[in-house]
Amino acid sequence: MPKSKIRALDGAHAVAEAMRQINPDVVAAYPITPQTAIVQTFSNFVADGLVDTEFVAVESEHAAMSTCIGASAAGGRVMTATASAGLALMWEVVYVAASLHLPIVMPVVNRALSAPLNIHCDHSDSMGTRDAGWIQLYSENPQEAYDNVIQAVRIAERLLLPVMVMQDGFITGHGVERVDVLDDGTVKGFIGEYKPEHSLLDVDNPATYGTWDMYDFYFEHKRQQTDALSKALPAIVEVGEEYGELTGRKYGIFEAYGMDDAEMAIVVLSSSAGTARMVVRGLREKGVKIGLFKPRVFRPFPAKEFAEALADVKAVGVLDRSIVFGAMDGLGPGPLYLELCAALFAAGNTTTRVADYVFGLGGRDIIPAYVEQVAQDLAEIAETGEVKTPVSYLGLRE
Amino acid sequence: MAIKLKEIANKEERLVAGHRFCAGCAEPILTRQILNAIDDPVVLSCATSCMEIATSIYPYSSWRVPWIHSAFENASSTIAGAEAMYRSLVRQGKIEDRGLKFIAFGGDGATYDIGLQWISGCFERGHKMMYVCFDNEAYMNTGIQRSSATPLGAHTTTSPAGTVIPGKQQWRKPLTEIFAAHHIPYVAQASPSRWRDLMNKAQKGVAADGPAFLNVIAPCPRGWRHEPEEAIELAKLAVETCYWPLYEVENGQWKLNFKPREKKPIIVWLERQGRFRHLFQPQFRHVIDEIQAKVDEEWERLLERCGEA
Repeated sequence: MPKSKIRALDGAHAVAEAMRQINPDVVAAYPITPQTAIVQTFSNFVADGLVDTEFVAVESEHAAMSTCIGASAAGGRVMTATASAGLALMWEVVYVAASLHLPIVMPVVNRALSAPLNIHCDHSDSMGTRDAGWIQLYSENPQEAYDNVIQAVRIAERLLLPVMVMQDGFITGHGVERVDVLDDGTVKGFIGEYKPEHSLLDVDNPATYGTWDMYDFYFEHKRQQTDALSKALPAIVEVGEEYGELTGRKYGIFEAYGMDDAEMAIVVLSSSAGTARMVVRGLREKGVKIGLFKPRVFRPFPAKEFAEALADVKAVGVLDRSIVFGAMDGLGPGPLYLELCAALFAAGNTTTRVADYVFGLGGRDIIPAYVEQVAQDLAEIAETGEVKTPVSYLGLRE
Repeated sequence: MAIKLKEIANKEERLVAGHRFCAGCAEPILTRQILNAIDDPVVLSCATSCMEIATSIYPYSSWRVPWIHSAFENASSTIAGAEAMYRSLVRQGKIEDRGLKFIAFGGDGATYDIGLQWISGCFERGHKMMYVCFDNEAYMNTGIQRSSATPLGAHTTTSPAGTVIPGKQQWRKPLTEIFAAHHIPYVAQASPSRWRDLMNKAQKGVAADGPAFLNVIAPCPRGWRHEPEEAIELAKLAVETCYWPLYEVENGQWKLNFKPREKKPIIVWLERQGRFRHLFQPQFRHVIDEIQAKVDEEWERLLERCGEA
């Protein structure tokens, strides 16, 4: 095992620490709650000469991503970080970054979108960009956020695709936990040197980036982009395994807890998996055949793997922290549910029943009682094979 | 550095033939003038614009230099990112310093309107870059819609000359002054009709120790409604009527680069362009006087600023 140090860090500081160790050539960022701790802490590293990074403190998130695009095309390591409205503002160029195959790494501290104004956690922001062509990794706690950011560098540069690393605003971002921080040399060795194939700065071999592309080629280029994403999962798994060998913390595309003989499963992203795990553990002790299924990778959506993992499960309760407005007759399910249903259907699964539970919008707490309520519903669904309410809301006053 | 016509004519072109600009467009002319003036290697970014679509239609490219297009409003931030990376890699000793110059190109829509904040941010942060606005006074690429660079009275498709309203109802944004107010090392206004002046300014812009801004008038046969062979003539008249004065602000010093012996009335410029045709109807002629008044007012203020009053 490499040298490491146990530290008490919140998710934002853990990510800033990872950024210091990655030592990107350029960071362009704009402050937004609850991501501010990342840029502030990183600014301190710059001010104290602890990184070689050219830090560009831009005037908006759109400018942050635009600057990252120019910098990444110029052939070096590039990072930014954002949340909520910031991610929404940069939406246009989030697409450009992916479409130009620029390996930018962006920690996102999940926060609700306006209106009304809310600074607390839900997943509307990153889910709003789920179709933009980025790889998306979700983290349960500061440790995972730290580990994911380091792995993201390798994943992005290997696939030439940008990677977003999510953590829950305030809950993880401001929640201090035990974090095993690797020593700088280990991180440096793991990420290696970045050697770009092309660079805008290569004046001897001038290239044209971001052309005008008509109906005679655009379609093929978009097809190539989906093709690149379709090859991402093995690379993500490989990097996660290598990281596991190095640190003892292995990462795959999902975490299964109590799933081996499970008849029921709770599927949830990020910090709420902790609450769900606790409830599942309690139910398991009582002999209930229930498991927790926590996806780590949302993009590309590991449809086959998820369908396979849930093939023998009778009832699945998906916990979604955002709404796809207008979907399913306007019932307002979440994207995780919709993707998972599609995955099961495409796999020819006609036996697993799925119900969606929207929860925690705008930072509303999820408590064990809500998860227990889901487990009770699932028991009924497993027994009857019937989903009476496809989309419910947890902890909502109605 | 003195500019010799013979030498620049023999230089390898950075923007090559085969592009798809309209016949008579001023943009490729001024772009070649600017790029030929610079001996150092250059890296370019370009806003979504006529220039972008005319030079980069996949799978072809008219550029012999590194060139990037990202979006409409962010040519400035894009080149600033490349410049930041260059500084970083050179400082870390990862690449050699070869004196690269970073230049962004944008039309008036990208510069006066949608991209103003991005440019302002780049200038405040002091990136070593030159931003060039090719100002053809409307969104020509999308079919001649008004921008904040469109002058009073001009017909565009979103400020049409109707029976009641005679074209655009507002004057234009004093953009060159706005960037001069950013107190960056070099700001200038130029015209492809006075090529030596423009080329000198391009050289000064890239040599500046910090951000530079060039605002270049770019007559557009389609939008201005003139014959293709008239573009340079119209740029010249814009200068001679003092509608488009040539001046520079170098480290805070305002300097007039050209003072016509005889200031021509604005009507000689207006009457050559179809976009002002309606102003010659009796009920709208007062607009010509208003334009003249605006030109006079701005010219007087400029003379004062340049110590020429």
